[in-house]
Formats: sequence, structure tokens, C-alpha cells
Amino acid sequence: MSTLSTVIDPDALTDLGAVPDRRHRARRLTLALLLLLALTCILSLTTGASQASLWRALAHLYGGQDLATMDRIVLLDIRLPRLCMGILVGAALAVSGAVMQGLFRNPLADPGIVGVSAGAGLAAICAIVLGAFLPLSLQQILGSALVPVAAFLGGWGSTLLLYRVSTQGGQTSVATMLLAGIALGALAGAVSGVLVYYSDDNQLRDLTFWGMGSLAGATWTKVLVALPIIGLALAAAPFLARGLNGMALGEAAAGHIGIPVQRVKNSAILAVAGATGAAVAVSGGIGFIGIVVPHLLRLATGPDHHSLLPNAALLGAALLLAADMIARVVVAPAELPIGIITAILGAPVFLWILLRRRGELSI
Amino acid sequence: MTQVSPPATAQLQATDITVQLGRRQVLRQVNFSATAGRVTAIVGPNGSGKTTLLRAMTGEVVHSGQVYLNGADTARLTPWELAAVRAVQPQSCTISFPFTVLEIVRLGLSAGLSAADSHVPLQALAAVGLHGFAGRMYQDLSGGEQQRVQLARVITQVWEPMVDGTPHWLILDEPVASLDIGHQFTVMDLTRSYAARGGGVVAVMHDLNLTAMFADHVVLMEAGKVAATGTPQEVLTDETLTRTYNCPVPVNTTPPGKIPFLLPQARRESTTVST
Repeated sequence: MSTLSTVIDPDALTDLGAVPDRRHRARRLTLALLLLLALTCILSLTTGASQASLWRALAHLYGGQDLATMDRIVLLDIRLPRLCMGILVGAALAVSGAVMQGLFRNPLADPGIVGVSAGAGLAAICAIVLGAFLPLSLQQILGSALVPVAAFLGGWGSTLLLYRVSTQGGQTSVATMLLAGIALGALAGAVSGVLVYYSDDNQLRDLTFWGMGSLAGATWTKVLVALPIIGLALAAAPFLARGLNGMALGEAAAGHIGIPVQRVKNSAILAVAGATGAAVAVSGGIGFIGIVVPHLLRLATGPDHHSLLPNAALLGAALLLAADMIARVVVAPAELPIGIITAILGAPVFLWILLRRRGELSI
Repeated sequence: MTQVSPPATAQLQATDITVQLGRRQVLRQVNFSATAGRVTAIVGPNGSGKTTLLRAMTGEVVHSGQVYLNGADTARLTPWELAAVRAVQPQSCTISFPFTVLEIVRLGLSAGLSAADSHVPLQALAAVGLHGFAGRMYQDLSGGEQQRVQLARVITQVWEPMVDGTPHWLILDEPVASLDIGHQFTVMDLTRSYAARGGGVVAVMHDLNLTAMFADHVVLMEAGKVAATGTPQEVLTDETLTRTYNCPVPVNTTPPGKIPFLLPQARRESTTVST
């Protein structure tokens, strides 16, 4: 079978089983993460400021009784949509981080850090403040999807811009990427600042919420608006896995192993914009999930996107739910913006990666 | 250049390749052909357009002119159709994620990392002298080791030199540039063996002695044009090399009078005498 037997010493061939293969470990990790997510879901439903109890509700259901009004409202209308949104947003942020890092061939690329979230947020703010100036027919068609759609377009535009600016001849410059991200973030901040002056009280409340990021505003409407966009982006991720793996070799080499590079790039940018845009639209700027989750998973089971992307979705969802629980518990009955918790957890990880890769950043 | 022959089916043919980078014409109407079953080396001084010619033929740089592989116009083939018959080794390859050596080599399998377990990547690693490296981190390896990992990935992609009479191709950009002398021989032996089994090998080479030892066909580039083509004996001569490389290059032949070899030391000798 060996076509090159003349140069291969037959004794040199090892049994495949003897070679460490991280794919098996990644599969076991998927199972563990599923369990972890289920656990955080249950915890998330049981913790909160009110006295409503998941167990009492379940006991009632089991006994065939109606739920107490309090339990029904707290569980079904407050905690459950919040849970669903936490899962969606966490998965979206983690997967778009992983996809973006694969696309830019750099573990520091994260929608929050390089300005994609800022671009999406800016577009969302524009939609909130200036949406009333749109033609009435357009407003009616878009309805509650106006803000998410605007956020998606904003995210898409900034990802494209970022890619153009920081990638030349198939090579991405880390320094340019990070600096362009700073510029994008500053620009978005400035324009948002201007818009704040033109907003009324109601809009102002909506706007404050972008800065921090929170799941507190979760409603079933928001979940249903975000679900198709994030769902589509997550569903596209497995088809990107091989392309992103190949892109690790560089664009030219990826093409030579048979990957349609341009198509992979376009789909990756669309997926990142969709997932980030929808997440920002419903929950504001929650940072660092997209950088912490893929990084931890790469340490555990390696950078193969076939396992990295689904595992990132699971761990991202679990991590965001956990952060949300911390946000709800530490200053109860009030709550902290979740962005504060994720930043406290994530910023040190980001610095740690920077420290280890300092050499590459020299401009 | 005047006669237009139909593209042969076991050849890599490039006709009329012109590459413009900025204002500079890097390649000027270059014609190139390599036949499967032979090792074809592209040599020439720095900046003569060797690597650019290779990149034009693999579609990495914008060029005018046509490139035919096994009789098919490469511009009309999809990436995966090309990848099935031709593998390309880049000059160097930095990877920003912590892939293991085996994972990199597995990228060469047609289905990528998810491919069914195959012994080919391990055999390929053994063939480039990296037996036992499968579980190591790519980023931790030396430059020469990384280069051989890339070669293992490339030969994994087109493992069979010939399938149903169709030759497969290895396109290599300075495959031995950062290797020690022992591994230079390992790699060059590998290319010879690949060609001997019907596959095509095209390599940009820097080392003229290795070229003389291992190439069947040599294309000498000079200032964006082909200066000479033929067997090593025909191309690697005192006169041609001295003119192309713009310095005295004394060429001798090994005792049986077969393989030319360069003796740069002879130059030192002559300058010492003259001063």
C-alpha cells in the first residue's frame, strides 16, 4: 500500500492508536459541557430575587395542579426567556469569537475587542433614535426586528471594513487589526454620544443599557427575534470548520488543499455579523465571552474547528448563564450589568494571551 | 513560442506568463513545461522570478498567460479539483494556533481533520524523517522540522503519484532551504522516488549541487526570463552560470563524467592567487 516504500523504514510506522488524538478528548468534552449547560440551566431557573421556586412549580405540575400566579410569572415570563436569551447570546458570542479568530488566524480577534460589537451597537442605537424617521411602511415591515437587523448590518459592515484594513495579500496584521478595532470603537462611541443628545427619556434608558450589556431586558419577543438569526449563524458554523482549519495554513495554502477561500471568508464574516449583531441587539455589549471560551477550549482539546465550534457554543452558553447568576446574586435584590462580570473574568485572560504572544505584536 | 501545440496530458505547461508587480515586470512572457515522471528544478539568482513563476503557475499571483495541468486549463478548475491532483508546499508557514504535527499533516487528507483514520499521515511523517513527531506541537518545532511537516502534509494530499494513469504533482518552493545535509538528501530522495513512480515534481531550488544531483530537467531563470533549459549537464555549465549569476562559477563533473558539481572554493583559490 505504501507508495513510497523505498524511502520508508517499515519499522518506523507506528500503530495509529499509539498517537495521541485529541478528537476523542473533544468528544468527551462535548458530553461534559452538555451536562454543565443542563446544570447551569436548572440553577439559573432556581436562583433569583423572588421567592418563586422551580421545585414547587414542578411539584404542582406533577400533581396536576395549576401554577401559582407568582410562580407562573416569575418562571415562565421572567426567568425562562432570560434563560433562553442567555443560551442564545452566550453561544452566539463564543462561536463568533471562535469563527473570527479562525478567519483572522489570530486568537486575539474577538468581536468585542476589534470593534464589531461597537459597530453593531452603533447601528442599533441609530435604529432606536432615528428609527422613527424611517418610512412608516418600512417600520411596519421590520417591527421589533428593526434593531436586530440594524445591528446585523452594522456588525457586517464593521467586520468587512476591519478585514479590508488589516489583511493584505492574505496576511493579517495583528497590530493593524487591534488598532483598527480601537478606531472603530472610538468612532462608534463618538457617534453614540452625539445621538444621546437627540434622544428622549425612553430612548435614553434603552441607550444606557447598551453600554453595560445585560440579560435583564429579556422578553419572549426578543428571544424570538434573535433566535432565527443566531440559529442560522450557529447552523452555518459546522460547514465552516474545515475551511477555518485550512485557513490556519494561510489563505494561499488553504486554497491549495481545495478550500474555496473566498466563499469561506464571506460566510464566516456573515456568520460573525449575524451572531454578534443579534446578540448585541438583544443584550448590549457583553464582552470577552468570545475570547475566553475559545481560548480555554483550545488549551483543552486543540484548535480543530470541528470540535471547537460546537463546544464553544455549549461553554459560551453555560458561562454566560453562570455570569448572569452571579450578576443577579451579588447585589440582590438589585443586579449588576452582566458585562461587568464577563469583563472581570475575561480581561485577565486577554492580558495573559497578549503576554504570551508579545513577540508577534511588535509593529 | 511560435508553434502552438495542444497541451500534453502528463505535463505542467505554462505559456506566455507575464507578471506585473507595481510598475515592475517580474516575469516576461515565460514559457515553462515539466513532464510527469521527472524532477524539474527551477533555479536562478535572487530576484530572477523563480518563486513568482511558481506562484503564477499555482494561481497565487495575478498573471497573464495560460497554465495547463495534465491537459486542463487550471483557470477553469475549482480549488478542490486542483487539490486532488496537485499539492503545493509554501516556502514557510507560520501557524497561529496550537495544532499538533499530526493535525497539520491530516489537513492534507481530502476531508481534512475529520477524515477517517488513515495511516497515510504517519507514513508521510516517517518519509520526511519525522517519525515519532506526530503528537508534538507544530509551534515548538525548529524551522527545518516545520518545513518537513509541511512537506509531509503536501505528500499526504497527493499520496499516490499516479491514479488511473493520471499523474499527480508536487509543487515545492525551496523544499530543502532550511534543512541540514542529511535531511536534504531525505527530501530529495523522496522527490526522486515520487517522480520514479510516475508523479510530477516541480521544485524551486537554491542549491545548484543538489539540483545537479537530483533534477532531471533544469529551468534557469534570469531577470524574469528563462535563460536556459535542459538536463543539468546542459544547463549547469561554467559559461551559463558565470553569466547568469554574474560571478565566476567553476563547474566540474564527478569522476564517471556524469553529474556536474560546483566548487565555489575554486574561486577563493583564484582570487588569492591573483592578489
